[in-house]
Amino acid sequence: MSEFSYWAERFKKGQISRREFLGRSAALVATAGLGATSFPNFATAEEPKKGGSARFGMSDASQNDTLDPGTWPASFAQAAFNGSLCNNLTEIAADGSIVGDLAESFEPSDGAKKWVFKLRNGVTFHDGKSLTVEDVQESFRHHMGEKSTSGAKSILSQVASIDKDGDSNVVFTLNSGSADFPYLVADYHLSIMQAKAGGGIDWQKGIGTGSFKLENFDPGVSIKMTRNPNYHKDNKPYLDEFEFICITDPTARTNAFVTGEVDFMNDLEVKNMPPIQRNADLEIQRVPSLRHFTFDMDTSVAPFDNVDVRLAMKYALDRDDILRKVFLGEGKKGNDTPVASAMPFYKDPTPQHDYNIEKAKEHLKKAGLTSVDVNLSVSEAAFPGCIDAAVLYKEQAAKAGININIVREADDGYWENVWLKKPFSGVDWYGRATCDWLFSTVLAADAPWNSTHWKNPRFNELLIAARAETDQAKRAAQYGEMQQIVHDDGGMITLAFVNWNYGLSKKLGHGPIGGIFPCDNLRMTERWWMV
Amino acid sequence: MLLQRVALGFLSLLIVSFVIFLAVSMLPGDFATAILGRSATPDTVAAFREQLGLNLPWYQRYLMWLGHALTGDFGQSFSSRPVGHIIGPRLLNTLYLAALTALIAVPLAIGLGIIAALYRNRFLDRLLSASSLAAISIPEFFFAYIMMLIFAINLHWFPSLSSIRPSMHLGDQLMRMVLPVLTLTLVILAHMMRNTRAAIISVMSRPFIEMAHLKGESAARVVLRHALPNVVGPIASVVALNLAYLIAGVVVIEVVFVYPGIGQTMVDAVRNRDIPVIQACALIFSITYILLNLIADIISIVSNPRLLHPR
Repeated sequence: MSEFSYWAERFKKGQISRREFLGRSAALVATAGLGATSFPNFATAEEPKKGGSARFGMSDASQNDTLDPGTWPASFAQAAFNGSLCNNLTEIAADGSIVGDLAESFEPSDGAKKWVFKLRNGVTFHDGKSLTVEDVQESFRHHMGEKSTSGAKSILSQVASIDKDGDSNVVFTLNSGSADFPYLVADYHLSIMQAKAGGGIDWQKGIGTGSFKLENFDPGVSIKMTRNPNYHKDNKPYLDEFEFICITDPTARTNAFVTGEVDFMNDLEVKNMPPIQRNADLEIQRVPSLRHFTFDMDTSVAPFDNVDVRLAMKYALDRDDILRKVFLGEGKKGNDTPVASAMPFYKDPTPQHDYNIEKAKEHLKKAGLTSVDVNLSVSEAAFPGCIDAAVLYKEQAAKAGININIVREADDGYWENVWLKKPFSGVDWYGRATCDWLFSTVLAADAPWNSTHWKNPRFNELLIAARAETDQAKRAAQYGEMQQIVHDDGGMITLAFVNWNYGLSKKLGHGPIGGIFPCDNLRMTERWWMV
Repeated sequence: MLLQRVALGFLSLLIVSFVIFLAVSMLPGDFATAILGRSATPDTVAAFREQLGLNLPWYQRYLMWLGHALTGDFGQSFSSRPVGHIIGPRLLNTLYLAALTALIAVPLAIGLGIIAALYRNRFLDRLLSASSLAAISIPEFFFAYIMMLIFAINLHWFPSLSSIRPSMHLGDQLMRMVLPVLTLTLVILAHMMRNTRAAIISVMSRPFIEMAHLKGESAARVVLRHALPNVVGPIASVVALNLAYLIAGVVVIEVVFVYPGIGQTMVDAVRNRDIPVIQACALIFSITYILLNLIADIISIVSNPRLLHPR
């Protein structure tokens, strides 16, 4: 629905005066000439307003949620505790670029092996205590060491030491150069909290430096937070207070949103979109995300150890058909690389792998086969729509002489018993913010989640070289080549990249919405306002 | 007799807790992987499991848990909050919802059952029987969604979200409980009503009822004065069963209306493999059934002079 028709609708309903309507439409015409289309996510062309309270309906709270930054399994905890209660040293802006947050600047040296973060002056915690270098050191150490049970442990395994230099400089020394390090410290686990005397952080207190103070937290039910008047960012946050309400059931969440019980809902199901689309007071935001769905082939076992068989499998899949029928067009067609278009150094490899029976047969022939039989392990836990996609794939591939036998695995324990263990299976990937981080976790020869057991020497050589490369043009060329190698040689068949689908009331104002993490890179509470 | 009943109750509790523990242990995946998500490396998971004592064999963990439970200590949830803190407020919420529902549903069901028995095989009885049959056949989640559609979305009378929080004032809380109470009432009403009706009608063929009729008493008086006291036992047991359901079987309604009760706690704990919480919930559910059945039996005994004064 265009903005013009929205105002027209409101005028018809008598919600705005004729004068206001004429003013609005004139403004629209004026801004249209200024390329307003480059801001597809702007709800209104207004400046952010202060005040008001917002209620967010969230799908994924748990009664096991705690304030311990080593946990935070889902967006409820992440957006409340990392995105509202605390800050990181750096922040991922809505456009995917990295900016300073508690650190006002950061500088690499020694081939990106040493990183100096200079802390912003005058930042205070909610209880008035000033931010110190020790707080930062302890907040990082919380996730490190033998005993650590934190989800961020693997990210920090490259950190050799964290030293203090004067009153405002934190110096990270890494085991090897990493040009992406500022991105890694924006990970939601790495929230800065208060150091305790004698080491460790005092996470139980629920005190951070963030845009909102904790008022009430009922795990698995709701969380309420109020504005931090001493926040270190100009003017932010805009809301006086907000509440997250956990509504796990999708139908109940949609109903709460439609009836105005909440102003926002996450995880809007595609099948529930039409009635919301027809409602003039509500909008749907489809934010391209890093999340993608794949069928992964184990390249270390027959028949997938032959690159031609892999290519035949890739050409035998009709991605357009699956995107249309299974994902109802909500998403973007995959091209056998895990790098999302929102990421730095993204490059779409050529040719786009499309459905091509002739090519599939040709590659099978090159592999010395006329037909091939494979087992594809799937379950609804693998990714939503996985079974339907597999059924379509079976039909499509049969025409090229590829016989896919679909194995229905149990939903429960899919990630323990099937993923990384069966030679061909459906996988749901949440992606990573940078190429290096993504490749190191999924495609490097020694990666913990190398589900395709893929060990490409040139790829791994480039991975090490690009990691510490600070010349951006060179780095772009290296990552471009790597994406091409995965596309040509890898064992991943990427079906589609999906969007974060949110429902927003028109009462909520916002700028462009980031898609690296959910909920506007987890910072929706400080970035959005009540219109 | 009573002592025997209570001892049996305890034995059932023990067996239930053991079965639950075994079942949860057999589920694939564990708390460490559930909480750390797929982003956890194997050594992180191992460290976490050790911290929780999950590396011990299951029978050792069960006996440890049992020992603590006997002293009234349900231990720590795996998320390191005391189990009592997690379950306490949720249980209160569920009891609150159950009490409100029972207050409406029990008198209504017995009243309608009596009316159906009085007018049996006439239009009113047919109507009540047909509608109660329909109500029994419709799954409860469907009821819940229909209620939501009519009263929350179309009429805007009540909020669709029953997520009550201590910060709300009582009026708001009650307003938010209307729909779940209404739905639950409809779900349990039919069952209790049909049983009441059947029990009364079965008594109506007995000689002493014929005697009452012959004495020329009115139909209403025959039912209320002569039939009803003799069916207190069967009615009590069906009421007990439904009240137990209100506490232990209310999961679906709680999920649909987002009511923070113990059913949701149990589901959440199962999803996260949080064994201490699952155990405690299972125990509470078992105690509910055992206790309510005990009360129903006592009522049957007390209401029947022949059982009360055995010769």
